[in-house]
Amino acid sequence: MAITSIKNLKEFSTNNDRFEGAHTLCPGCAHSMIVRELMNCTDDNLVIASNTGCLEVSTAVYPFTSWDTSWIHIGFENAATAVTAAQVMHKVRKKKGNLKDNDAPVKFVAFGGDGSTFDIGFQWLSGAMERQHDFTYICLDNENYANTGGQRSSATPVGATTSTSVAGTHSYGKKEKKKDIVAIMAAHGSPYVAQLAPNKWKSMAKGFQKALETEGPCFINTVSPCCTEWKFDPKDTVGLADLATDSLMFPIYEIVNGHELNILYRPKNPIPVEEYMAAQGRYKHLFKPEYRHIIDQVQADVDKTWEMLQRREEARI
Amino acid sequence: MSVESQDLNLCANDKRGKHQLGAGAGLVGWDEVTQGIVLTSFDGDASDIAHKKAEERNYSEFNSYTASVASWRVQKPVFNRDICIDCQNCWVWCPDTSIISRDKQMLGIDYDHCKGCEVCVEVCPTNPKSLLMFNEHADLDESLAAWPEKKKKEKK
Ligand SMILES: Cc1ncc(C[n+]2csc(CCOP(=O)(O)OP(=O)(O)O)c2C)c(N)n1
Ligand code: SF4
Ligand code: SF4
Ligand code: SF4
Ligand SMILES: [Mg+2]
Repeated sequence: MAITSIKNLKEFSTNNDRFEGAHTLCPGCAHSMIVRELMNCTDDNLVIASNTGCLEVSTAVYPFTSWDTSWIHIGFENAATAVTAAQVMHKVRKKKGNLKDNDAPVKFVAFGGDGSTFDIGFQWLSGAMERQHDFTYICLDNENYANTGGQRSSATPVGATTSTSVAGTHSYGKKEKKKDIVAIMAAHGSPYVAQLAPNKWKSMAKGFQKALETEGPCFINTVSPCCTEWKFDPKDTVGLADLATDSLMFPIYEIVNGHELNILYRPKNPIPVEEYMAAQGRYKHLFKPEYRHIIDQVQADVDKTWEMLQRREEARI
Repeated sequence: MSVESQDLNLCANDKRGKHQLGAGAGLVGWDEVTQGIVLTSFDGDASDIAHKKAEERNYSEFNSYTASVASWRVQKPVFNRDICIDCQNCWVWCPDTSIISRDKQMLGIDYDHCKGCEVCVEVCPTNPKSLLMFNEHADLDESLAAWPEKKKKEKK
């Protein structure tokens, strides 16, 4: 396994990008920040599959590909299935010794949006995790079906307006709570699961490297601020991720072998979730007096989750 | 402030940004290709790509490196070498692989692939910033000559 140096950004920047420009993701899209980090944290060969979504559609605009690695364009729900099939094929051929370069290290990675990961591709992902394949699944969580016009997913948080949970005179936006995908994946017996954010580039690179190095099915949920659907200025993508991690809306942590929970970022003075919400158009309506209690409810939930994570970190269970 | 003129083709492979998106590479239409098509990212030997810099790679016509999104921009980031501290913030967070860094040094911007999102300007820590947005049609030397002075810290 040849991981690259992430000691500091200068060393990290000596890597030669294997994700090319002239893809058609929106200006300022965090998906590509996350993909570039993954591809720069190793110099092993990579076999990557993508579920349909913004990343997949925008990086394979016929006749162009933005991927300098093997990359499979597959259905909305089955990147996990496709990449694990490739992994098994590679294992068998390696055993038979009939690969072009039998010793070249290869890593298998699947990318999916939250729509494909939390909802529509869920059983395919669950199956691949249960079969204990050696691969890493990375969810690009922008909390909505962005590629089809911003519908709600089970990753959309309470109070956000989306095109299918529209806020108006009779609604404050989405009512149901976000699914805890990290806990669900840990419950599959995964040796390494984590939630990471692109503003914390080092913990993200470290987590990616751990996942790639760990044998077995690893899962990482990544926060991917989406300027188009969250409604903020593209230049603020990294700042939005800062607000997300500093307000603990997206706590950054890992769970090793199902019980060893480590918090990877502890903000000195967590900011109120209100500040995170105020920076995005999708929460604008919540600032009307009649919806104040929704903001308070989200804050209470965030506080409770943070308390739970800290206790689990201590308890090591 | 002395400012050197910038080489816009710095470290560029001669295939960079030749095609307009949508124009394709003179191939058959998407509805004429066989199912299960494979597009190769490189011509010839594609091994060890991780250890080859862009300028050393043999990109195929299918690689989006050979396409340009320059027409997406209304404003462009301009880089001022004199102030830059080579922190590489702009490199790690550019969503379009458009910051050209070699041997730990920030060298400039790939204007074939930059979409003008301004993320690099936001994350640049120097005072004044080493990257600033200018009108797409602004002259680079004039932009550099118009660079603001160091800002005093506002008292809180
Ligand atoms: C089975 C199936 N259902 C629906 C679609 C249409 N579809 C394509 S992309 C997409 C949304 C993707 O959302 P997400 O997975 O969150 O990725 P994002 O675009 O937000 O990155 C949908 C619904 C599809 N391609 N296949
Ligand atoms: S809609 Fe959102 S996720 Fe999709 S490309 Fe645009 S910014 Fe990225
Ligand atoms: S403006 Fe955006 S795309 Fe262009 S170099 Fe800066 S970060 Fe990259
Ligand atoms: S962020 Fe600014 S100081 Fe840092 S390398 Fe880029 S231009 Fe230079
Ligand atoms: Mg999504």
